[in-house]
Formats: sequence, C-alpha cells, structure tokens
Amino acid sequence: MTTPPLPLCDLKPGHQGTLLALNGGRGLTARLAALGFTPGVRIAMLQNYGHGPLLVEVRQTRVALGRGEAQRILITEQQS
Amino acid sequence: MNDALRSAQQHSAPAVHPPAERTAVIALAGQPNMGKSTLFNLLTGLNQHVGNWPGKTVEQRQGGFVHHQRTLRLVDLPGTYSLSANSPEEIIAREYILHEKPDLVVAVVSAAHLERSLYLVAELIALPAPLVVALNMMDVAAQQGIQIDVPVLEAALGVPVVPLVATRAEGVRRLLDVIEDCLTGSYLLPPRRLPAIRPDHQQVLDQAQQLITGFVPPDYPAAWTASKLLEGDGEILRQMQAHLPEERWESLHALLKAHDDAGLAIASGRYAWIERMLRAAVHRPIGGQMSLTDRLDRFATHPVLGLVILALILGAVFWLTFTIGAPLQEWLESALLMPLTETARGWLAAAPFWLRGLVIDGLIGGAGAVITFLPILVIFFSVFGLLEDVGYMARAAFVMDRLMHAMGLHGKSFLPLFLGFGCNVPAVMGTRVIESWPARLLTMLLAPLVPCAARMAVLAFLAAAFFGAQGALVSWGLVLFALLLLVVSGMALNRLLFKGERSAFIMELPLYHIPNLRTIALLVWQRSLAFIRKAATLILLFSLGVWALAVLPGGEMETSYLAQIGRFFAPLGRLAGLDWRLTVALLSSFLAKENAVATLGVLFGRGEDSGLAQTLATTYSPASGLAFMTIALLFIPCAATLAVLRQESGSWKWAAVNVLLMLVVSFAAGAGVYTLARALGG
Repeated sequence: MTTPPLPLCDLKPGHQGTLLALNGGRGLTARLAALGFTPGVRIAMLQNYGHGPLLVEVRQTRVALGRGEAQRILITEQQS
Repeated sequence: MNDALRSAQQHSAPAVHPPAERTAVIALAGQPNMGKSTLFNLLTGLNQHVGNWPGKTVEQRQGGFVHHQRTLRLVDLPGTYSLSANSPEEIIAREYILHEKPDLVVAVVSAAHLERSLYLVAELIALPAPLVVALNMMDVAAQQGIQIDVPVLEAALGVPVVPLVATRAEGVRRLLDVIEDCLTGSYLLPPRRLPAIRPDHQQVLDQAQQLITGFVPPDYPAAWTASKLLEGDGEILRQMQAHLPEERWESLHALLKAHDDAGLAIASGRYAWIERMLRAAVHRPIGGQMSLTDRLDRFATHPVLGLVILALILGAVFWLTFTIGAPLQEWLESALLMPLTETARGWLAAAPFWLRGLVIDGLIGGAGAVITFLPILVIFFSVFGLLEDVGYMARAAFVMDRLMHAMGLHGKSFLPLFLGFGCNVPAVMGTRVIESWPARLLTMLLAPLVPCAARMAVLAFLAAAFFGAQGALVSWGLVLFALLLLVVSGMALNRLLFKGERSAFIMELPLYHIPNLRTIALLVWQRSLAFIRKAATLILLFSLGVWALAVLPGGEMETSYLAQIGRFFAPLGRLAGLDWRLTVALLSSFLAKENAVATLGVLFGRGEDSGLAQTLATTYSPASGLAFMTIALLFIPCAATLAVLRQESGSWKWAAVNVLLMLVVSFAAGAGVYTLARALGG
C-alpha cells in the first residue's frame, strides 16, 4: 500500500519510500541519478530531525542530503 | 600525449630493471571511496608524480612500474561517480579516455557497494577503450555475507573482472597478469553487453543519433554522443553546435528541449543494466544485522552529540599540535635555521650588504620561516589523513552543515577551513574538495580569516606582553572574535558577490574502516612535498619582493619603502590607536605572520627575549595593544597564502578582493575595539 506523493524531507526516520520523480534542475538530477536516485528505487530514511541535513540509504549507500535537495525528491511512502 | 604525461616519463622505472622495450599507458578510473588511491599507491609506491591536469586545478597523479618486461605508465583519473554531471573532474576523465586513448582502462569498484559502483562501469563500458574491472574490498563484502560469482559477472559484463583486497595487496599479481593478457589480446571473452536507455525514450535516442550521424567529431562514438546529448552534456552540446549544419542543430535542439527528462531515462537504463548483472552474479543475505557503521553513526552524525565529538577531536588536534608541533618547530629553528644563518653570515662576510641581506633575511628568513611550520603541518596532515581514511571526515562535514548554512556554504567547506588553523596555504589548496565554483571561491576568500599557527604565536606573545596573566583569556576571546567575523564576512560576501546562491549538498558517507597506514603516510608525504615545493618557488619569490621593500633604498628598515608606506598609512592607523611603528610591523607581517614581533624588535632596538614585552607594555596603552592584536590577527594574508590564492582562484582579481576584505575587516575591527576599550577606560 502506498501513500500520496510527498517530498523526501517529510519522510520519518526508520521509514521507507519509493522514488517517484526528481524536481531539480538538470545538474542536480544528474548528480542524484549517478548516486542511485532513479525512479522506482527504494529509499530508507536513517536520520531526519525535521531541520538541517538528513541521512538516507539508497542502493546500499549512505548519502547525506541538504534539506533543500531532499525537498526536490518526490516519493511515496511504503507502509510496512 | 600531454606535457604532464611526458614529464612523468622522466620518472620512469628505476635503472635496476632491465630496459623495458614495451610500454603501455593504463588509466585508473573509479568512484570516490572505492580504494582507487590504495591500489594506485600499491602499484607505483613512491615512484609517482603529483601535478595538475593541464589548465585545471584538479590533481593529477601518474606513476610507473615494470611488469613482465613491460613499462606500465599508470594515470590516476579523478574519482567521479559518473561521467555525466559535467564537473571538471568528469570531463577530464572522459576526455582523457577518448582523446589520449590509453591502452587499457582499469575500473576500480567495491564489492561491498557493487550496485552503486558499477554505475561508472556502465558509462566506461560504452567508451571505445579496453576495460578491466578491479573488484576491490572483497573482504568487506565477505564480512557482510555478500557472495559474488566472479566468472558469472565477467561473462555478463563481457569484461575481465579481478577480485581484489587492495589494503592487503591480495589479488594484485592476478590483476597484473590479466592486464598483460588484455594488452597482448590473449584474454578472450564474450562481447560486451551495453546498458540501454529506458525503453520509453529509445525512439528519441534513435532520432538524436540520426540527426548527428556524419557530423560527430572524430574520437567520439556516435551512439555515445547521442546519449550524452540526451543527458544535456554542455561540452558535447557545444561541440555538436559547432559541427552541425544550422537546420539540423535547430531540430536537434527542439528534440532535446521536448525531452529534457531523457537524462533520467538514461540513468534508469544504466541501473536496470546493473540490476540484471547483480541478479545473475550476486547473492546477498536478506536483512542484515546492525553494522559497526550504523552504531558509530548514531553518535557521530547526531546533531548535538556529533558536534561534541567533533569539538573533542579538534581539541585533541590542537593539543597534539602545541605539545608536539611547537617544540619541534622551535627545535627546527634553533638546530637548522640559526646555524644556517650563521654559516651564511660567515660566508658572506665580505659580500655587499644587499647580497647578505638578500640571502639571510630574504631567502633564509622568508622561506625558512615557512619551512619551520612543517612539523605543525605534518601533524595536521597526519590527523587529517587518518580521519579521512577512517571515514570520519564526511561525518564532520555532515554535522557542520547546519552552521555553514548561514554563510551560504555547506558542510564540505568546513574541512579546508579547519586545515587553516595549521596554515592558510593548505587550507586554500584544500578547497578543491568543494564541487561548486561559487562555494569554493567563497571558502577560499574566507580561509585567511582562520587564525593560523603563526598568528596564534604572535597573539600569544603580545597577549602576554600587554595583559600578563589574563593573556590566555584575551587570546582565546580574540580567536573566537575572528571566527565570528569569519561567519559575518561569509554571510556578507555570499549576499554581495554570490547573490545568496547555494550549492547542493549531496555527499556519500563511506563505511567506517580500519585505517591503512601506508595510504595515510603517502598522503602526508605528498601534501608536505607540495607545501615545500610551494615554499621553494612561489613563496620564496614573494618573500624576496617583500624583503626588498623592507630594505630599499637605504638598507635600513626605518627608512625603507615599507616604512614610508607605514608612515603614509599612519593617520589611518591612528584611528585604531596605532603609531607608525605598529603600522610598519603590520605591513612586515605580509612576508610571514611571525614577522610582526620581529619587526617591532628591530624598530625598538630590542630582541624578543630582551625586554621587548616590557617596552611595548610601557609604550602603548592596553587599548592600543588590544587593537593591534586584533588587527594583527585579521590583517591581510601572508605572501604565501596570497600566492596560492591567486593560483587556485585563477586570477589576481580574487586575491585582490581578499586583500581588500581583510583590510576592511581588520581595520574596522581594530578601530571598533580601540574605541570601545577607550570608552571603557582602557
């Protein structure tokens, strides 16, 4: 079961989501895509305190993202 | 063949080997944190040459060794996640492969992060160069229960795959044998399987390729060029605009504009290709246990605890620097510099005064003073290298990101700024880790506001002279004040020069691992060598220039051009309670920061150990003293820093901007402190 789309920065720690779309410019999209952020990929939120940068795991890699960047990644949350 | 390559050939294999008749150039490619440097160091040892890629401030490392009577020239390509995001590093890597045509490309991937690290392979495999995949970190993968069927992966890729544990030198012999077999063409494999674009964009790709067929510049494969166009690659777009007839360019431009999401389709296609490879060759345990990295990161990346840990580590670094570094520095000064000066004085006894001054004060005094900072730098570099190799530095950048935000910077800028506490020269060079140019430039301009070890030493002397027992407290306060001004300047510069632009913060946090002492030692060695080379060339030239200003025309500091400049600026200095002597002392600190005290010694005719402190305390009011300390701490960067600033920013303009910034900040702060201290009755 999935939820309506939400930006990655709203995903709570310990929760998982599936990437829907990247809304950044071409440069940001290219950098994110190279690190494994492509549509359909599973993203696990490791750390998110509601402010400041956040920490996610994607394709077995830990990636730190600025909140502004996470705002541009659209996901659906996976209910487990 | 480029110049750098030619110069590296002079560093060819040691003469003990039989003369090699065959040579081959091998390019080493890989993403960051894959152990590419470890492999490079393992293969080349100290027989390597560090420089810059021609025309770029991106580090280039080359090395050579002999295997099976063949001289292998190893070129370390910049570590990049892909070849598509248009950073200078990525352009260098792919232009090198396409234009310089190395005999073989070795792609280093991590068995523990195979999914992500194969992404670069998905790009490299589409280029017309022979490829070998070095599957590194097999030990880490085994610990995590990941099993990789190497022959299956090799057959699926159509590219030789060699398992490796570079930190323990396991598998290197086999890698060299496979390289040799590839070079002689005796390694037989099924054809390569190339990644395809996500099917919904196949038609667009075909159209683009049709439009450019017949017009693609030499060295570029047509299919590859078409896919780069779809990815919006600026460099390739420029090339095609130059080569295509007007109307074809128009239709291509319209096609690309209508499908500006095609880049993501290509990336998705590459990951789909990777997933197929992994399904065939990798068995991964379902649901892992909590790893060491998970446990450590609970503390290291915590917004509060993480900062506490960082503060403790920084404290330890300072402690190490001052308990080991400072005595070593003094020892170098007394055991090396002073005898050298004495010897030179003896030899040059009969020489004209200007030659004596040139050698003793200009040459030995200028460059020598910089060299004595080496112990402190080596300690800084060692701790830095250790924290980097363990994987901690990315965490430090992560926890500092919040604070750096205020200046329009992100966490990565913290690392070079921290290096600035040792010396501003490596701090400016260290800004290379920052990807975006505005952020890098801003960090470079701010780096000289970090009080370096030399300025701390000046501060310590003056604080003791003016404030006695309260000296340490006053110094500490002034250092904090300098850092506060750094933040304020950063916020202002960011608004003024960069219009509040902020670069994206995207950073991999590598797994923690046991440090490799060999890698760290080589890193410290190379960084120290780079610093010494700077001191021997750029810094020396600059030092000589400033020395000339301090003795010409009459040979005396009191009547020199520098003193004249000092008197000229004296009215300005008076605003901050400085007389002409203090102003001249400031100007002389341009040569090297510790000169500020030495110059006062000359001007008052008293040595540092023979009552200069008392003389200063009786000559100047505490308000003047405090203002002088403030300005000395923030005054224009030393000649060495400025030279490096020019080199790294690519123009004198930014070096001038920095001088202006520091002048304004230091005098404003000095005048402010003086006025305030007077008002409070100092």
